[in-house]
Amino acid sequence: MSEWAEGVFEALVSAGVRQVAYVPDMGHKRLIEICNEDARVKAVLLTTEEEGVALLAGAWLGGERGVLLMQSSGIGNCINMFSLARECEFPLLMLVTMRGQWHEFNPWQKHLGQNAKKLLTTAGFDIEVASEPGAVVAAVAEAAEGVFKNNGRTAVLLHQKLAPKKTFGK
Amino acid sequence: MMDADEKRSETYPLRRRDVAQALLHGRRGLLVVAGLGSCAWDITAAGDDPLNFPLWGAMGGAPAIGLGLALARPENRVLVITGDGEMLMGLGSLATIAIQAAKNLAVVVFDNERYGETGMQPTHTAYGADLPGVAKASGFPVTGQIDDQGGLDAALPVILEAPGPVFFNIKVRAEDLDFVLPPKEGVILKDRFRQALLGET
Repeated sequence: MSEWAEGVFEALVSAGVRQVAYVPDMGHKRLIEICNEDARVKAVLLTTEEEGVALLAGAWLGGERGVLLMQSSGIGNCINMFSLARECEFPLLMLVTMRGQWHEFNPWQKHLGQNAKKLLTTAGFDIEVASEPGAVVAAVAEAAEGVFKNNGRTAVLLHQKLAPKKTFGK
Repeated sequence: MMDADEKRSETYPLRRRDVAQALLHGRRGLLVVAGLGSCAWDITAAGDDPLNFPLWGAMGGAPAIGLGLALARPENRVLVITGDGEMLMGLGSLATIAIQAAKNLAVVVFDNERYGETGMQPTHTAYGADLPGVAKASGFPVTGQIDDQGGLDAALPVILEAPGPVFFNIKVRAEDLDFVLPPKEGVILKDRFRQALLGET
């Protein structure tokens, strides 16, 4: 699984991304490992996703581009902080692994997953969706180009079937 | 429930506008992020500057903004000035900052033990919450509390120059002060900062 991670990493580096903020997630596991191993980016472990929205605003003030990795449940943690990106028109690229759609074992993850697009649209984001492994790299590269060229805010939603299935031992 | 000591901070000797002035006087390239409310007014009262990024919202985000800026600009000193209420909303960011070990970052809290913008209600520090203790336990290598002018004088070179990340909690008097407002348009604040620092918006 996550065979797209290497390609996504190279696409991010090619887009000038230097700071990668993340809350650990199974779907992003391989990408996070690469980010922590490769000195071309600074990997920043967050305690909550909203820190990443703030961190990347600071990075942009200092002339660096970044990306925020999270799962869909993290969207809810960011709602007020998104106003920082929107009011100041900070570029904000987010890669969101979806919960609550494909073989989801945990019903508590469904609520943010089912409402992810609605919440992100309300918060002013453009949305790209990638559902097949072969489509992920192109979606990320396209989103990154638009975000940094136009001070945009785009979330790339990665379908849950792109991530390993979590079964809680059942 | 514990009792807050609601009167205590009304007699603290340090005044927040004086502390801001002491921190920012002759600032030589210092990059400053201020938390929303009183701290944004304080840094503006000390002299509006394009290398100030005062927040009007995003409560809890000031220290993380400072971290992103510090990582992007290791050759510049970055100073986050925020209030106790704003810091309390972003305590997790102290653990995040500690991991990155940004040597050029200092976080300073103006702690008046009140939520100043909402009616001066007591914050958790009025009940005894120990912010430098949280920073130390989160892994900050340099932490301290400042209660008076002597403490401030001793800490200034540490805040402005010592390898960090540095965290100081400065107990300041609870007082009503005039508003000194920076521009509130976020795009203007962002663009002028980048123009001054990077020569482009």
